[in-house]
Amino acid sequence: MSSHYEAPIRKPLIIGDKNYHDVTVDVARPVEGRANKQWWIAFSIALAAFLWGIACVAYTVGTGIGTWGSNKTVGWAWDITNFVWWVGIGHAGTLISAVLLLFRQKWRMAINRSAEAMTIFSVIQAAMFPVFHMGRPWLAYWVMPIPNQFGSLWVNFNSPLLWDVFAISTYLSVSLVFWWTGLLPDFAMLRDRAITPFTKRVYSILSFGWSGRAKDWQRFEEVSLVLAGLATPLVLSVHTIVSFDFATSVIPGWHTTILPPYFVAGAIFSGFAMVNTLLIIMRKVSNLEAYITVQHIELMNIVIMITGSIVGIAYITELFVAWYSGVEYEQYAFLNRATGPYWWAYALMMTCNVISPQVMWFKKIRTSIFVSFVISIVVNIGMWFERFVIIVTSLHRDYLPSSWTMFQPTFVDAGFFIGTIGFFFVLFLLYSRSFPVIAQAEVKSIMKTSSETYKKLREQGGHDNHSHSEQNHH
Amino acid sequence: MYTFSSRLKTIAFVLMILGILGVGYSFFTAPKTVEDVERILAADSHHGGGHADAAHHGDAAHDAHASATEETHSHDAVKAHDTTAVTAHDSVHGAAAVAAHDDHNHDAHAKDAHAAHEGHDDAHAAHQEHLEHVLHQQQNKPWAAVYVAALFFMLISLGALAFYAIQYAAQAGWSPVLFRVMEGVSSYLIPGAIIVFLLLVAGVMGWHHLFVWMDPEVVAKDHLIQAKTGYLNGPFFLIRAAIFMGGWIFYRQYSRKNSLAQDDATDNRFYKKNFKASAAFLVFFIITESIMSWDWIMSVDPHWYSTLFGWYVFASFFVSGITVIAMITLYLKSLGLLEYVNTSHIHDLAKFMFGISVFWTYLWFSQFMLIWYADIPEEIVYFITRIEKYNLPFFGMVVMNFVLPILILLNTDFKRLSWIVVMAGIIILCGHYVDFFNMIMPATVGDQWFIGAGEIGAIMFFLGLFIFVVFTTLAKAPLLAKRNPLIEESKHFHY
Repeated sequence: MSSHYEAPIRKPLIIGDKNYHDVTVDVARPVEGRANKQWWIAFSIALAAFLWGIACVAYTVGTGIGTWGSNKTVGWAWDITNFVWWVGIGHAGTLISAVLLLFRQKWRMAINRSAEAMTIFSVIQAAMFPVFHMGRPWLAYWVMPIPNQFGSLWVNFNSPLLWDVFAISTYLSVSLVFWWTGLLPDFAMLRDRAITPFTKRVYSILSFGWSGRAKDWQRFEEVSLVLAGLATPLVLSVHTIVSFDFATSVIPGWHTTILPPYFVAGAIFSGFAMVNTLLIIMRKVSNLEAYITVQHIELMNIVIMITGSIVGIAYITELFVAWYSGVEYEQYAFLNRATGPYWWAYALMMTCNVISPQVMWFKKIRTSIFVSFVISIVVNIGMWFERFVIIVTSLHRDYLPSSWTMFQPTFVDAGFFIGTIGFFFVLFLLYSRSFPVIAQAEVKSIMKTSSETYKKLREQGGHDNHSHSEQNHH
Repeated sequence: MYTFSSRLKTIAFVLMILGILGVGYSFFTAPKTVEDVERILAADSHHGGGHADAAHHGDAAHDAHASATEETHSHDAVKAHDTTAVTAHDSVHGAAAVAAHDDHNHDAHAKDAHAAHEGHDDAHAAHQEHLEHVLHQQQNKPWAAVYVAALFFMLISLGALAFYAIQYAAQAGWSPVLFRVMEGVSSYLIPGAIIVFLLLVAGVMGWHHLFVWMDPEVVAKDHLIQAKTGYLNGPFFLIRAAIFMGGWIFYRQYSRKNSLAQDDATDNRFYKKNFKASAAFLVFFIITESIMSWDWIMSVDPHWYSTLFGWYVFASFFVSGITVIAMITLYLKSLGLLEYVNTSHIHDLAKFMFGISVFWTYLWFSQFMLIWYADIPEEIVYFITRIEKYNLPFFGMVVMNFVLPILILLNTDFKRLSWIVVMAGIIILCGHYVDFFNMIMPATVGDQWFIGAGEIGAIMFFLGLFIFVVFTTLAKAPLLAKRNPLIEESKHFHY
């Protein structure tokens, strides 16, 4: 795939004295061992939140959307905020697995599996909000362009909301296939190590009969590249179309052309923050510090810093152009955002998304696990408020001042949101104990170029790959 | 070491001389008086088709005008609008007069129409107004041709400089063998920026009228521009330009100096300096690039605005810069130089040409689709002008910048073939020139556009100058950044 020579200034991506077998053992350990007390505590909390969410959703479905805080002026609030927040979080997974693959970033190999799992789990959470906002979720299939024999109902192809249905379902399918393709050799590894017939049977089904022959690997490489090529435009299209939900409307604060790329940047930003949140805990709990190193966290922090700054530039651009446009409504929308009754949400958004990531310019800070964890949470809060600011502040003071109002969430709004967080962690915690959380086959492929063990060997021998290949070259 | 061959040098000089002749000719033949314009228009209408066209323009003007009235909320303007419509029926010239007026000038429109109103049945006043307007557009034309080409070549070198900074900041291992080529391309930034700066100064001095907001008479009648004068005013405009260009040139010179110093260094000190400088430059660049595009490009249509515009312009010149890097690399390779550059490097450059072309299309589509979909007058007028008066360049550019690159460069093997990369590169460069043409011309020359001696001459002149400056720089230093800590990775890069 990529070059086999690595410059001496590059730091190792696998640290400690690890050989190929160690990788297998380390990755299989959380799956083969028993769960500890902390896992059960975390799981119980997540499950309780999830159950509370189910209760709130049941109440919504049984009573109606009136149980939410949305009102006549603010017809969209927490539901769509949560939807966009979760879809955005999902982006980092595909970005890491597909875009970083195209850019040949070797460091992605330690984190892509969990990032993709996060993608799939968060897209599931996102999908629930529009579905339950329908009021009659059992008719959710009506968003598909079903044949006319069902009745005279036909979807509106002019609506970005419909494009969302296509974009997100395509994205979820491709991500799932991409994730599973990568999992095949790793499931096979677990299958081959399994002691009980039951686990052997399960992992044998999950690994689709992976044999490990050269032909398998060749097809694996080919399909990975094709899927990466497909997933890259898809990941960009998803949040672009999510932004169209707003930007196509003639609503000041929503209709602005920068929204598509800025939503994508924001999505990557929040997604990387969530990956950091999850992996900082996971590397500790599952003893994976040798693979998910401080350097990995540092690189993710840099991505957070860059995307946060891009988002910041977009905020300022919107503000400036609102003034520059000379359009009164446009100017008021932004003035109201910054100084109106929701100024605190705007201030929170600016502080969390634009200012807080700037601390990552300092190497000491971006290599500190503790600060990284704190910032990752701060960014996730900030990105939730960004969507809240865009959605609620643009709606609550519309063109008709007599209908101006505020939005008051109900306990059902909050419960549903907490429920999705619970569901997400339930899925992630189950995943962390039954799936190989590191793409061990891929990590093994960079062992010789990028592990501390081999780097040391090369130095000791004074015979590095490059002088060797240079001889071949001439 | 590369030596600047006398053949190539001759080509560069011939291009510059021919360019000067072409530009000179277009300035010389531009109409000087209203009578000249009348003669030209009369000659044109004999060719036929003019009438149908004019009627069509009348409709467009009607729309544009409606939008203008909505903005001004002025009863007078509404009245003026009706009058204009009447005039349009009365006289083909009257209709053309409205059409010829650009959207940015709708208050002037109102004035025109008032003039017509006062004269009532006398279409003569409107006719005179129209002739004067066409005269301004035709006098703008050679300036606009020079400005588009000057800006385009300067931005190519800025795009290459941004690409270079990204390679450093990302610690890319594949590209250091191409650093000297990138430094060569970015060397044009200095003369290029100076020329563009002088053109901006000329605008502020009133020597040309590409930026209507620089004209105090226009501003006096236009309350929308008046509201922007805190930002759109001559001194601040030039100060911004000087700071932006100064910053870019400073980074260019500083990083080049470090890059050369690193060749003979014993440690990685200069490399580290460049790493830090590149990160700082990219921050400066992302901010200044957006503002630059509003100032130098978007403000020629001073009523129109789009938040995405800066990034859209960036995508356009970024892909052009990468394309030029690829083409010069292939040229040097064909001379037997750049021994460590292999097909994998070319493949990667071609991937960037492909990828950034798609990225450009993404931004083009986002901007176009959102404005088309929302269809609000103050925004849509931009695309109405382009689709109605610039139909071929507007859609032709999408074919050249998206359809053809994607078809040609999708195939893996094609990305490794020199002649295919060069062919795709020529299409991309022509396409993005047309992109800049479409950004500047509608507001400055309106429907008086065509690609003639001035446009081609300006391209030739700046191409000649670009070749001369870039290859002179390439000949000054070894083509391999031999002591770059990542150079071995780059030499043995194989994909």
